[in-house]
Amino acid sequence: MTTYEEALLELALADPRLVVMTAENRAAIRGLPHRLGPRFIDVGICEQTMVGAAAGLALRGRIPICHALATFLTLRAFEFIRTDVGIAKLPVKLVGGVPGFLSEGNGPTHQALEDIALMRGIPNMQVFCPADGAELVAMLPKIVESPAPAYVRFNAAPPAVEHVAPFEIGVAEVLSQGQDVTLLSFGFLLREAEEARKELESQGLRVQLVNLRTLKPIAEDVIVRAARGARLLVTIEDHFQSGGLYSIVAETLLKAGVSCRTLPIALEERWFQPGALDAVLEYEGFTGTAIARRVCQTLRR
Amino acid sequence: MSALSHSELKKLALRVREHIIRMATDGGCFIGASLSCADLIVHLYTRVMHISPDLLADPSRDFLLLSKGHDVPALYGTLVELGYLPASRLKNHLSTGDSMYWHPNRNIPGVEFHSGSLGHLLSVGLGIALDIRLGGGSNRVFVILGDGELNEGSVWESLLVASARKLDNLVCIVDRNEFQANLRTEELLPLEPLEQKFEAFGARVQRVDGHSFSALDRVFSELPLAQGKVSVVIADTVRGRGLPSIERQADRWFVNFTHAEVEALLAELHGEGRAHLTSETLVVR
Repeated sequence: MTTYEEALLELALADPRLVVMTAENRAAIRGLPHRLGPRFIDVGICEQTMVGAAAGLALRGRIPICHALATFLTLRAFEFIRTDVGIAKLPVKLVGGVPGFLSEGNGPTHQALEDIALMRGIPNMQVFCPADGAELVAMLPKIVESPAPAYVRFNAAPPAVEHVAPFEIGVAEVLSQGQDVTLLSFGFLLREAEEARKELESQGLRVQLVNLRTLKPIAEDVIVRAARGARLLVTIEDHFQSGGLYSIVAETLLKAGVSCRTLPIALEERWFQPGALDAVLEYEGFTGTAIARRVCQTLRR
Repeated sequence: MSALSHSELKKLALRVREHIIRMATDGGCFIGASLSCADLIVHLYTRVMHISPDLLADPSRDFLLLSKGHDVPALYGTLVELGYLPASRLKNHLSTGDSMYWHPNRNIPGVEFHSGSLGHLLSVGLGIALDIRLGGGSNRVFVILGDGELNEGSVWESLLVASARKLDNLVCIVDRNEFQANLRTEELLPLEPLEQKFEAFGARVQRVDGHSFSALDRVFSELPLAQGKVSVVIADTVRGRGLPSIERQADRWFVNFTHAEVEALLAELHGEGRAHLTSETLVVR
């Protein structure tokens, strides 16, 4: 399978406008410095300067792909993203590492749990949330091709599901159809949502599983249709409950004049207990089994 | 460089100051900082930068970025005087039908990038300079920084990166008017010795009288000040320069004068006696 680094290199070699930048976070792009030469720019641990410089490069016609940990990129450099990239609508592509639960044992300083809320709040910013490495690689050409600024919740995990639809911006991938429960998910947690689907179906429930892929633009049609048909909508996200998918769904349904019983599975007014990924999922109740249990409890109520 | 003599430059700068003063009413403007860097901007546009109204889309042009931003009336006035912008646009100052407001934006021909939030445009200028370097160009990027703006850590972060990259196509000009908003810089966060600070960050520094065209000629003819280093020009200036009644007055940062006061200040600019100002002191921050 093609890795993110290989896909990015291929795009950069084909398009001289691409510049790969990092604020000394090279984990996913270790092999690129010697392949890209001066088009690989490591500014050191200076997220603000990286984003400001990316705006300057984009002003000159470049397409900068900027790498840093999701928290420091979206929080430390937020005003530079909003002011220099956002106001000027420049095609700067921001790639945030270890978002959500993927920060594992780092602790709350590293937990990007408001990144989606912040990034989607910037006019014209697109928000990409790949479910696994294959989806990230499939997204990459579209991310680069789009003239909009973009935020990517980096995730290079092994396949979460067998993907059934080619990637398009703003189009959700519907992985199964069912009238009882709709599971809306994105990013790394799609793996757990898929497990939850299997458990719920084994209990005789008909489950629609949706991989949203981009949270901005969002596939409003899929959400509204699900709300009209399902007994319960479930939003599954490793993000604060406020500002992420649950908020997006609420806004979408209010706009459409549709209401539906909705169960948010998110981090409500708290950071998560740090630890190894699987232990965190277990402790926080985000395993497929825990999600299925919460869905059943809600349906019984 | 243009063939304008220093006496012609003085007349040009005087007309730019007239424009600035006329913007200091019906909503007002940041008059002090605009007057302090008016000579700098006029000088850069006429004798230093490779720029003209025909070159605004030319990638080989020199770039000027106003990082402190609230000095934009000096740029508006210069752009009008040099034919980048019709004079009629100045009448639109603060009209929602145009984009002539308190901070720069790209809807104004000749304005390369927006600003207003301090500490941003050295990083943006760094990106432009990096791109010029990537493409093998010889054009330069000039960033005007306020001295108060040097409180922002992002300025120093960007300088660290620019020095690491040996960007000698990047020129920082500090409008050293010794004030930030309503305080003297040295009373709040002392900046001196400022040359040494910049030198410690890897730049080559020259200090110059920011109102002397011959001194500015000398320093800008030496760019880059050192091969492989960012050039920093600390321009000692006077806030409110040209109007003794507001020069170095801590409370004359942002002003909104009456029409009568504007007329009196225009007379003062032309040496016809000190204006009598009664408008309330405005403390914005």
